[in-house]
Order: sequence, then C-alpha cells, then structure tokens
Amino acid sequence: MAAPLTLLLIVAVTIRAVLFRSSLAELIPERVEVVSPLNAWKRVVEGLALLDLGVSPYAGDVFHETPLIIYFFHFVIDYAEIVFMMADALTAVALYLAVKDYNKTVFRKQKYALEAERYPLDCLELIRTPKEMYYIPLKVAMFYLLNPFTILSCVAKSTCGLNNAVIALFILCTVKGSSLMSAIFLALATYQSIYPLTLFAPALLYLLQRLYIPVNWQRSSFWLFTTQYTFMYLGSLCVMVCLSFFLLSSWDFLSSVYGFILSVPDLTPNIGLFWYFFAEMFEHFRLFFICVFQINVFFYTIPLSIKLKEHPIFLIFMQIAIISIFKSYPTVGDIALYMAFLPAWNHLYRFLRNIFLVSVVLLACSALFPVLWHLWIYAGSANSNFYYAITLLFNVAQILLVSDYFYAYLRREHHLTHGLYLKRKDGSEATLVLK
Amino acid sequence: MAAHRCNIFMLVFVLCGLTYVFVRADIEDTNHVKDAESVAVDIARKANIGASLRSTKTEDQTQAAEKERQWEAETNPADAPSDNKADHVHDTMQNLDSRPAPYAKDQTQEAAEEERQWEATEVKEADHVPDTMQTPDVPPPTPAKDQFQEELVIRPLHSGDIYASFQFRTMWDTDFLRGSKVSHYRLFPKSLGQVISKFSVRELHISFTQGYWRTMQWGQPFLPSPPGAELWVWFQDTVTDVDGAWKELTNVLSGIFCASLNFIDSTNTVQPSASFKPLGLGNVTDQRFLRYAVLPREIVCTENLTPWKKLLPCGSKAGLAVLMKSEKLFHSSFHSQALHFRPVCQDWKCKSTVWELRQTLNVVFDLHTSGQGKREWSLFKMFSRTLTEACPLASSSKVYVDVTDNPQGELFELSPTTPLLSQAVVLGDRRTYSVYDLTNQATFGQTRSLNMLLRWRAAESGDMLRPLLHGERYVAGYGLQTGEIHTLMYNNHPYRAFPVLLLDTVPWYLRLYIHTLTVTSKGRDNKPSYIHYQPSKDRLRPHLLEMLVQLPPNSVTEVTMQFERALLKWTEYTPDPNHGFYVGSSVISALVPSVVAMDTNSTRECPLFSSFFPCKEESSYFMRVYTEPLLVNLPTPDFSMPYNVICLTCTVVAVGYGSLYNLLTRTFQVEEPSPGLAKRLANIIRRLRGVPLL
Repeated sequence: MAAPLTLLLIVAVTIRAVLFRSSLAELIPERVEVVSPLNAWKRVVEGLALLDLGVSPYAGDVFHETPLIIYFFHFVIDYAEIVFMMADALTAVALYLAVKDYNKTVFRKQKYALEAERYPLDCLELIRTPKEMYYIPLKVAMFYLLNPFTILSCVAKSTCGLNNAVIALFILCTVKGSSLMSAIFLALATYQSIYPLTLFAPALLYLLQRLYIPVNWQRSSFWLFTTQYTFMYLGSLCVMVCLSFFLLSSWDFLSSVYGFILSVPDLTPNIGLFWYFFAEMFEHFRLFFICVFQINVFFYTIPLSIKLKEHPIFLIFMQIAIISIFKSYPTVGDIALYMAFLPAWNHLYRFLRNIFLVSVVLLACSALFPVLWHLWIYAGSANSNFYYAITLLFNVAQILLVSDYFYAYLRREHHLTHGLYLKRKDGSEATLVLK
Repeated sequence: MAAHRCNIFMLVFVLCGLTYVFVRADIEDTNHVKDAESVAVDIARKANIGASLRSTKTEDQTQAAEKERQWEAETNPADAPSDNKADHVHDTMQNLDSRPAPYAKDQTQEAAEEERQWEATEVKEADHVPDTMQTPDVPPPTPAKDQFQEELVIRPLHSGDIYASFQFRTMWDTDFLRGSKVSHYRLFPKSLGQVISKFSVRELHISFTQGYWRTMQWGQPFLPSPPGAELWVWFQDTVTDVDGAWKELTNVLSGIFCASLNFIDSTNTVQPSASFKPLGLGNVTDQRFLRYAVLPREIVCTENLTPWKKLLPCGSKAGLAVLMKSEKLFHSSFHSQALHFRPVCQDWKCKSTVWELRQTLNVVFDLHTSGQGKREWSLFKMFSRTLTEACPLASSSKVYVDVTDNPQGELFELSPTTPLLSQAVVLGDRRTYSVYDLTNQATFGQTRSLNMLLRWRAAESGDMLRPLLHGERYVAGYGLQTGEIHTLMYNNHPYRAFPVLLLDTVPWYLRLYIHTLTVTSKGRDNKPSYIHYQPSKDRLRPHLLEMLVQLPPNSVTEVTMQFERALLKWTEYTPDPNHGFYVGSSVISALVPSVVAMDTNSTRECPLFSSFFPCKEESSYFMRVYTEPLLVNLPTPDFSMPYNVICLTCTVVAVGYGSLYNLLTRTFQVEEPSPGLAKRLANIIRRLRGVPLL
C-alpha cells in the first residue's frame, strides 16, 4: 500500500509545484472562493511587514492569523510553498492512516457482530468486505490531494491548509487512541479557528469507546476519563494562548482573531452565508442574527452526539461538514477536508437519495462562481445578487449532501438491526419513512 | 509716498481735527500730478530711453513737492531683458542703501519728494505700522491691543486666468486661556474667540476649497489647500480629553461655518507625526494634541462664505470685502477660503505673543468663463464691484498686483498706475508688486473708486517657471476588487535633491497593504528614510502613512501601494454609492531649495560680492503641495432587497436545520398505508353503531 500512496504524493506535489510556477499562481490567491480575510496569504505577508515596521500586526484590521502562525512564518517565509505542499501531504497521510485504522476497527466490530449473529439474515449484502475496504484509505488520500479545491487552496497559500493538517492529525491521534496528542491537536485546531471546539465531543466518545468505557453518568471511570481529557484539552489551549501572549506581550490578538471570527465585521464576499446577509442586515437586528448564526454552528453538537454516540468518526465527519457550511468565513479548503471522507462512506451509496442532483449542483456552482464574480466585479453587467444566488445554491447543495449522508448512515444502521427487506403487516413490500 | 504721509501727518497734528474734506481735496490734487507722471513714464518706457528717467517736477497746492523719479534703469537695447531687470533692481537697492538718513528725515521734515520707491518687505512693514495709522477714523497710535490689516494680491497667471488672493489679519494681544474672562471683543470675532477659549485651542487651520489648484498651469498658490474641507487643530497641552474636545469643536465649527464638519469623526481623523507642525509659536510638538481631518467631498458655496465674511471686523460693508460677491466668486475655476488662527510674536524680540487670526480667500477666474476669452481683467470684471474705501478699522489696506514678469509693461498694461512698488520673496521666488494703498485717498482718484485694469499687450504670455515641486495621484487597476494608488512627486530642480514628507490618509474601506509599497525614482528603488504607518481599524480609524522620501534632482518619484476594496454594510454607503467614495488629497510637505538661490551665475538679484555662495537668504523655503483627491468605486450590494436577502438566507439555514432536525428526532418506521377518507368515515359511523370496524 505504501507504493501507491507514494506515487499519489508525488503526483500531487508535482501538480502543485507546476501550478506554483505557472501564471495561475498570481490569479488564484485573489479568488474570494479560495481565500478569506482570515487565511489569505497576502494578509500573512502584511502581518510580517507590519511586524518589520515595528507596528503590532493586530493594530490594524488586515491581519487575523494567530500569533503562532506569524512566528511560524517568520522563520519559514522563504519556504512557504514547500510548507503548504507539505501540509497537504501531511493531511493526506494522516487521513490515510486514520481511515486505515478506523476501517480495521469497523471490520473487527462487524466480525464480532456476525459471530454473535446480531445481524438479520437478509443483511448480508450490507456487510462490508475486506476487498472493498482495502482501497478506501488510498481513495481518501486521493480525494484530499487531487481535489481541485485542495489544490487551489494550496496554490493560493491559504492557511486553511495548515488548519486542515492540524485537524487531520487530531483525527489520526484520536483514532490511534492517544488521548494526550488528540487533546493537544484539538486545542491547536481550536486555537486556530474556534469552531473545531465542537470536535471535542466525538473525540471523547471515540476514546471512551476505544477504552471500553460506556457513556454512563453513574460510572466513575467515565467521569475520570472525561475530566482527564478535558483537562488535557483546556490545559494545552491555555498554554497556547499564554504563549501567544508572551510572544507579542499583548492580548490584542484575542479580539483581532476570535472577535473577528465571531462578530463578522469584514463582509468580503465568500462562498458562505454570512457576508451578504450581514451586508443587508438592518442595524437593529445585527447582534441578534450574529448570535443566531454563530450558535447554529455549535448547536448541532449535542443532539448529533446523542444520536451518533456509537459512531464517533461519522460524527466527526458531520461536525466538520457543518462547520465548513456554517462558519463565518468558509473557503473551498474547508469543504475539501470533509469531502475527503466521502470514500470512507461509499458503502452508504445505495441509500443516498439525491447524490446525482447534489453533485451536479456542486459542480455547476463551482464553475459559476468565477463567472458571476467576473460579471459583477469586472464586467459590471451583473450585480451582487447573482453571486449571492450562487452561494445560496452551493450551500443548499452542501446541506443536502451532508443530510443525505446522515440519512443513509442512519438507514443502514436501521437495516442492520431490522433487516433489509422489510414487510408490511399484510406481507407486501414496505417502505421506510421517518416518523 | 512718504512725503504724502508726512503731509497728512503734519496736517493732522497742526490742524488737530481739521475737517476730512480738506485732506481729501489735497490728496486728490496730488493724484492729478501722479497720473500725469505715470503717463510720462509710460511714454518714456516705450521709447526705450536709456539713462536716467526723470519725471517732471510739479508744484503741489500746499507745499512745493519735488517729485523725483529715481528709476535709474539702464535700459540698454543690446542687453538681455533679464539683465535690465537685474540692473535696475540692483540700482534701486543701492539707492535705498545710500539714503537711509534722509529717508528718516523725510518723514519729519522734508517736503514731499515723491518717488517710485520700493516698499520694504513684510518684516519691515510691521515696524512701519504705527506710522501708517493715519486713517482719520482710527484714533492716533495708542497702544491698541488689537489691529486689523487687509490686503488683496492679484496675480495674472500665464494661462490667461487671474488669481486674486485676499488676506485679512487680526492681531490681538489677549489671553484666551483665562476662560470666560475675555469678554470684550473689538476686532476679533467673538463667536470664534469663545470657541477658542472654550476648547483651549492653540492653533486652528480650516479651509474650504472648491476646485483643484492646477500647479503646473498656475504656479504655486500663496496658501495651498486641498479640495473640500480641511481642518487641523493643535490643542493646548492642558487639554486632557483631546478626542472629546475635537469632537465638540468640529461640531461647533460646523455650526459657525455652516459646513458639514460634523462628519469629521474618528474614521477620518488622524494625528500626523511630522507633516503638520505648529505654524505659530510654541514648542509643544507632541502629536497627541494634534488632530487633522479632511472632508474631500465637502462642497463649498455661499452658505460657507457668508459666515466667513461675518467674522471680518467690517463684514462685507467696507474695505476689500465688498468685492466678495458670491455670484462672482463661485463662478470661478478655483475658490478657497480659509481661516488660520495661531500665536505669533508681537515684535521682533518676541517678548510676548499675540494671537493672529488670518482669513484668506483665494480665487482664480477663468479666462474663458469669466473673462469671455479676452485677456483683459479689471476689478469690476472679476468681482462686479470696485473699491471705494478701505475698511475704516484697518490699520493697513492694500492691493498688490504682481508685475514681476512685466517690469517694463511689455506684457500687460496696468491702469491706474501706482508709484509704489514692493518686493517680497514669495515661495522662494523674488516677486515685484505694484501696491495700491487704500488708506490713502489719492489711490481712488477723482472717480472715488478704484477699478484696476490689466490689459494684455501680447496674446501669449511668456514661459512660466516650472514649480519645483509638484504632485499627482491616481488610482490604477480595473474592477471592484483591488486597485493601486499611484502618487507621483516631481522634483523639477535641475541639480538639487531634497527630501519631502508624504502624508497619505486613506479611509478604512480601502484596505492598504503596506508590504506592496514601492517607492521608485529614475527606475530605481528609493527607500524612504522614515515611515510612520498606522493601519486602519474597520469603522474606527483610517490608514495613516507618512514617509520621508528623498527626491533626486530632475526626477519623478512614484509611490505605489495596493489596496483592496471592502464591501460595506448597506447603511454605510452614501446616498449615491455608484458615484464612488472620495479619498482625501495626499499632502507633500517639503523644504524646497529657493529659486533665488538656484541661479548662482547670474547677478540678477545679488551684487557680485554676495553671490559666490548660494544665497543665504531664503536658501530653501517650506512648501506644501496637495495632490488630487481620489474617487474610488466600491462594490455595492443591491440596496433594494434587504428583506429578500434575509428571507432567502434564513431559508437556507432553515433547510439545514430542518433536515438535521428531522433526522435527529425521528426514527425509521415501516410505512403503513393510511385508509382512505371514505373508509375512515365509514369506520366512525361503525364505531358509533357499535359494529366491528372494517
């Protein structure tokens, strides 16, 4: 398996290196779909320039990266392209290893269940075979590395690639059962962009499951581990924030990074839902709607954790997808991360209801983004509504995609307990409905 | 001229209150003589008569006045005209040098010997002031604590346009800082005095300008100002809440001048670190007490002029201010009115300070729109008024006409002529002016009104000396996403490099990227020796960029910087968003090498012994150049559909919420077909009847 992965990495790096040398390397970093005010490379460079001028990078409203990022790039600014390519490769390898390990676990569980004869007899065709699972990790890596969204994001040198790497490493550590490293990477991801906070719940659930500790409020072992993990997480977060403080000896970065993410002052168009909504919002209701939209991202964590407490990895996928749809400054790099997981759920394919429609809409929207942007900004023959309409459609498609996968997952689980070919009372073929 | 003064002075003292009519008659008679003389001079000049020019001696009615014209210009036809000029200037200087003692005597004793003489430059003029205090309405030179001066400078421009610059100066020896104790106002406008004492203002400069000063066509203005409104204030260092005081002050000034100064807030206020140093006395240069703001969009019109005129002691009733008819002033290519308040020295020893209020109004009348294409200007044509009297409260009231390029009257003809000339080094260049003293009744002649007439002889005026420093600015790039600001600074000096301070204030919605800043001159990178950059904060403060750049001689220095256009909230756009947003002018401040010092090989201005080293006198002068303001388009949302956007976006969020909620709360169940309506009705009836259901 190592050879195809190496080949894949070489291909991916070559594509990126070629693009970095091409004329597209100037065009792509200007695209609003690829970079947001939060992760644009231009702004990182600006922050470094401000630092050189002796001005705090957070004195202005251009730089919104965390202090660790600025210090990181202070040393590797000359090797930025290599850093971004390595980050992508690292993400892919981490996802590859994580999915491989996860598949092993899944297969082992399935084997136990089969041995215990817990599955209905007609469900045999739902059982996953090692043959079809064999290429899944490679497909995941390929989906990440060769996804045009990832490539664009990398060529634009969007720091989104680094965040993705941190999240991928967090997933890897979680799957491998290393609670300390998992907590550290989760803290790092949270430190970079608040939203991965919601990944705390699935990580905890997975680690508990791995240690065979049932989620039971009365069990002291549950509380012990939960407290332990929480402390590790909060401790490392605290260390990072304090380290940032000592690097710049000011707390300015808190409002400039997290305040900026939460209060959405920059309305530069992007593929998300926030920019036009808050550009057109009545001043009186602004605060209310900002709260509603931000809560929306965190809101699904608890119900999803309850519903999917047996399937923490799928929960991670759901959470990442929800974050990338509803976050305040989404870019295509965020989408690429959750899309990388799609091959891991290809056994759900038979239950997906509108995958064709959704994929066509996603493809069409991706093509229409630059077209309508050009019409609005450069040609002047369209207005902002055109671009806005495409972002709406793109987000609807993403929501349908995610909910479709969620539906398919739940349905498969239902079939695994109740049998695949359900019958009505009168013996005719039954259809499943949600009630 | 001195003789005249003596005349009247003696009369005033001897007759001690003799009627004004007598004096007037006297002056008018003298004026006759003067007119006759000027005609003679003109004829003589035309004939190009060399050697000394002596005008006819005439007898005055009261005293025997020997009118001597010591215009000893050795006009040699073989010489270049510049040499002519140099020579006679040189000679006149010698004249002045050789006769200081008789000059003093003249004032007290000697009979009027009128000559075309050089008036001292401003510094000497200040000493002169008590002597000239002779308007009958003003009490004799008591130690008045306040005084008022007015003047108008008319400069014919090479483009054929004409530039008129009014200056009104009120000096007052008082202490505004004692708060409410200053209650007796005489010449100083009370409305302003109260504001100054309330907000502890040390220096205040405000200007309202309509139009852009075209430096390359018109040369340098006396007082530069950017298009729109500009306000900068130094507060006293006793002020603790500078921002609060500034906020209130702008609102008060907004009321005083009927201007939109209340739009000055933190988003367009900056504290420049080097570009705006105090112009008056005082050594507090801590920029914490400085506030600077420009409103490039401000439209200046009559409603701003009227309150401005009201601040003058004579209002627009008398003096030079009668010329300010708004229908003429605003029918011009450039109009700028300003007010400068600052502490200055009382005398040359500077033992005590006085407050100076300087009100200026600059206007350029266009050759074609105001002048009907004819190179012929008169006060009446410009202002639709003529001058009839000085402001009775003014200690001096003069009209200057720039005749530097016209020493022999070959370019234009000025009538009525005046015997008085004045020379001053203005903006590094030595200029010669014909002076009309309005406090002297003789100036008005028989018609009792002064209507100067400038008539061009040649259709084309000569070449203008290129301004040594000049700035331009424009926005490059297309589309509404990004752009690039280009600032061009021209150093036209042939061999001297000099440093300039560039100040740029850019609103926050154009996000500047300082790392894209490039400064190039002559194709090479020109690293600024000092950069003060304050990045913007969204909706809070603008970008401020100050740079010290060395401009190589005879070069263009280009400063470029990229920016990104922000999408604003729909309520933050102006009512005409597609018109664009204004960005205030860049300010280029520099110590420019003087033109006087520029030609060291000519003996034009200085005698040989003084011209070996570059002239020490005014070897460089301070200059401020404002570039064009910019008009930048921003992307706009659709203003007509906030409801639609709110509904549609919320729908998408609801779709997300709804589908997840469905999956989270419901469970899969086998669908049992629901019985039809008829069957259900039948079952209800059956239940009522107690019969088993279907």
